Amino acid sequence: MASSVYLCLLRAVFLVCFVNPLIQALDANVLQNPHHELEENLTGLPIVTFKWHHVQTPYLVIIWVFVAGLAKLSVIELNHHVTGVIPESGLLIILGFILGGIVWGADKAQTFKLLPPTFFYYLLPQIILDASYFMPNKLFFSNLGAILIYAIFGTCWNAATVGLSLWGCYEAGAMGNLDIGLLQFLLFGSLIAAVDPVAVIAVFEEVHVNEVLFILVFGESLLNDGVTVVLYNVFDAFVALGGPKIDAAEIIKGIFSFVVVAFGGSFLGILFAILLSLLTRCTKHIQIIEAGFVFVVGYLAYLTAEMLSLSAILSITFCGICCQKYVNANMDEKSVTTVRHAMKVLANGSETMIFVFLGVTAIDTEIWVWNTGFILLTLLFVFIYRIIGVFLLTWMLNKFRLVPIEVIDQVVMSYGGLRGAVAYGLAAMLDEDKIPEKNLIISTTLIVVYFTVILQGITMKPLVQWLKVKRASHSDLKLIEKLNNRAFDHMLAAVEDICGRIGDNWWTRGWNRFEENYISWFLMKPKARKNRDYLFTVFHKLNLEDAVNYVSEGERQGSLAFIRSDEAANVDFKKQFGSEFTDVMPDIMVDMSNYELGIENFTVTSIVKDTIPSVSLDIHGQDRKNAVDDIRAHHLLQQHLYRSRKHHRHKYSRSHFSINQSEDEVQEIFQRTMRNRLESFKSAKMGVNPAKKITKHHKKELTHKMPNGHPDDTGHLYGDKVDSAMGSETGTISGTFMRDTYTVGAGIENPVFLPDMDSPTHSSLPWLMETEAVAPSQRAQRRLPWTPNRLRRLAPMRISTCSTDSFLMADLEEHEEQPQTDHEEIRPVFD
Amino acid sequence: MGSTNSTLLKIPNVEVLMQETGFSPAHIIRLHDRFKALDKEGRGYLCPQDFGAIKELAMNPIGDRIIGAFFSPGKETVDFHTFVKILAHFRPVDKDRPKEPNSLEPINSRSNKLKFAFQLYDQDKDGKISRDELLKVLRAMLGMQVTEEQLESIADRTIQEADLDRDDAISFEEFRKSLEKVNIDHKMSIRFLR
Repeated sequence: MASSVYLCLLRAVFLVCFVNPLIQALDANVLQNPHHELEENLTGLPIVTFKWHHVQTPYLVIIWVFVAGLAKLSVIELNHHVTGVIPESGLLIILGFILGGIVWGADKAQTFKLLPPTFFYYLLPQIILDASYFMPNKLFFSNLGAILIYAIFGTCWNAATVGLSLWGCYEAGAMGNLDIGLLQFLLFGSLIAAVDPVAVIAVFEEVHVNEVLFILVFGESLLNDGVTVVLYNVFDAFVALGGPKIDAAEIIKGIFSFVVVAFGGSFLGILFAILLSLLTRCTKHIQIIEAGFVFVVGYLAYLTAEMLSLSAILSITFCGICCQKYVNANMDEKSVTTVRHAMKVLANGSETMIFVFLGVTAIDTEIWVWNTGFILLTLLFVFIYRIIGVFLLTWMLNKFRLVPIEVIDQVVMSYGGLRGAVAYGLAAMLDEDKIPEKNLIISTTLIVVYFTVILQGITMKPLVQWLKVKRASHSDLKLIEKLNNRAFDHMLAAVEDICGRIGDNWWTRGWNRFEENYISWFLMKPKARKNRDYLFTVFHKLNLEDAVNYVSEGERQGSLAFIRSDEAANVDFKKQFGSEFTDVMPDIMVDMSNYELGIENFTVTSIVKDTIPSVSLDIHGQDRKNAVDDIRAHHLLQQHLYRSRKHHRHKYSRSHFSINQSEDEVQEIFQRTMRNRLESFKSAKMGVNPAKKITKHHKKELTHKMPNGHPDDTGHLYGDKVDSAMGSETGTISGTFMRDTYTVGAGIENPVFLPDMDSPTHSSLPWLMETEAVAPSQRAQRRLPWTPNRLRRLAPMRISTCSTDSFLMADLEEHEEQPQTDHEEIRPVFD
Repeated sequence: MGSTNSTLLKIPNVEVLMQETGFSPAHIIRLHDRFKALDKEGRGYLCPQDFGAIKELAMNPIGDRIIGAFFSPGKETVDFHTFVKILAHFRPVDKDRPKEPNSLEPINSRSNKLKFAFQLYDQDKDGKISRDELLKVLRAMLGMQVTEEQLESIADRTIQEADLDRDDAISFEEFRKSLEKVNIDHKMSIRFLR
């Protein structure tokens, strides 16, 4: 609750403060009229007055935000066929054209524009903060070298070659008569050089390329913004200085300032990250606003860098990257969720605004200056030099990289050189006095932006498919992979030691040790430090899981060790359970030991789970099946519970917490299924047809009895077993329906329902909890003890799992003890 | 270059070694230097104690197992050839090197890398990682804050994940399958051995 309120507050603040300058261009006369007319007519005490003037600015801002939101909504919702082909960003720009056309048609002038201050102070920071805050750090830093090379040298290369080539063509007479010199060309080259993170994320988010490729393009786009702004400033200063005054000293000063601005900005960002981490260390008592600090300090980092004329983008980038780990560890879990959501809201909102306004801006006769030579040559050079630059730099990098970047990846990288709003913002910031051809530069920039975002955006997906670029694997690490990865790390370090060389692993390990010993000590709460361990999270998850199991099974104690039927666990188990039960029903313990001897595959827990309620020997046959079910349900539960949490390792997607987008449809099916389950469960609670349910149940059991016979079947875990296990958990009328839906999922292995089980760890968790808790309780009730004292013992657990349907038990008792005569008839149906 | 050749000449069967491991002469020389540095007494072979003298290795949780991997069962020494061959597991896979159809599978192939990792777990060399073996590795790698019970549950879960035939142990085939999605070439390669 608190977090959502806070989120609203944040959003409101953002909306109110954000577009003031946007409205500057607004023609006030037209809008004031109604106000004046109204006032003139008033003679007495006004009861209601129309005060448009008071709210005009924020009102228009909100309306535009609202419209942008609607634009996004319509783009996403209305036409799935179109969004499949044209990326969202391109569609938003096109929608911006239409909106701009409407405004222009009404006013005969473009009254709304994306002004540079709006863009740089109110729209850009949160996008960069979001991108860096959710940066997959390990991936980023392990590829940092390559990213830096691309970001710094690639951008310089682009700026220099585009500028110089254009100048050369100009001198050769390709663009007629322009009032523009070499320095202006270089300035233009520098502003058009940078790949834009907003555009890149928007497009690459929809094409799931492999993570290394993604991080290279994305990291480059993020860092080179800083570089390009710095370059721009240097050349801007040169232009202001004028050609003749530039000597060697000035150039050296320019290079020096480049270094200072870039590294100073990054350093400032790190300082603010430290500040933020320290701050969140002691916000325990003001938890409700601690999430706000992330935004405030991040923005402060941005503004401070701007004030000191350091690179603001680099500053906020490094602030986000460096603080994420400590902030997430220090803050309350709720605050972490709040930050996540608020960040996505802000970033996604401003991204939408940016694209819409990029479109709206275009509909303005004032800015358009056409120069075929200049524009076409720019497009050509931007495209070609990007390719050359990428291939050149990659060729050099590949000499040092452990895993070389493949040619196909290079093609995608060069093709992914999308230009965006940063270039436009910089172009719009140019001083018309110093650069007479400002409008030409703006229109060329806009065309480059449209060309790259729309055309390259559209063709990116087919290209990626056609080239068979390695896609992001949806695999989320399994425990065994995790452990092995850790083992591999150790192994490499050891081999490096044996070889006596200081390699990457040596540095990584050294840094990790330093980080662990000093930085974490300094920046993290002591409590968080304990949790922070990579493997400790595994235990945490295990424990959570155990807790869920405990609740849902109604009788679990201890850890999963009991799943095994080995000697130690038995003893342990009897210690824990035996003392409780022997006095109540001594014969059960005897039963248990029989089972252990007689039945393979049976876990102690599952047997006990079944034997405790079912004292009668008549239903033992059934119990056996149940036990197998239980193992599977267990297995399933564990598997997907565990993995689902693992699933969103990559949080760089802005609009989705989980990366699993291509399976949208499957997700929908799954969610529908889940809803169905809940509904049917509710109807079951009402006591509808208990008898029918039970027969269904028998069928179900039969079906998975069979796969058990085939050893092959153990191979695919998500086939029959999934639906049978889940089905038996619910054991409801919708049994057959569910069977189908789950088999749909079966082919795709785990990713199908993992992302939705977890999606946003927290946001959908209630939903997850609901189903998790409810479903097994239905099953659990079948073995709820009927003697009064045991009922009492289990009562709190049942309440906690929301299963209030205890009145079903009476029916169940009857039906469970029915001999299973109908099995033979049913079997063919399922074969 | 003269010194390069003379060093190479001192190593017996160096051609065969290079053929088998794919190392360049520069690598062989570098490794030979390292070998001699480890072999403080100049015996021409290394003992476990020589490895133990590497300080960082003692701090490595699975350092002992890795040292153990250098010694075939029953042997207390490792000569230069074996030393290089073991290290060759960690050479990155080179794609551009022409593949000779008749040649044996290179030491640094994916499956050989995996085998190396597997045998670090499988200490009794029965071709299976049993629960106990896994537990031992876990205990080594997880540190003290972890309770025995947690360790066991992790081991169980790990085995459950990989265990396809439900024999409560991970065979090599299961091991390989469970790591199918892991980029072994990446994870088990060291850049400077390229």
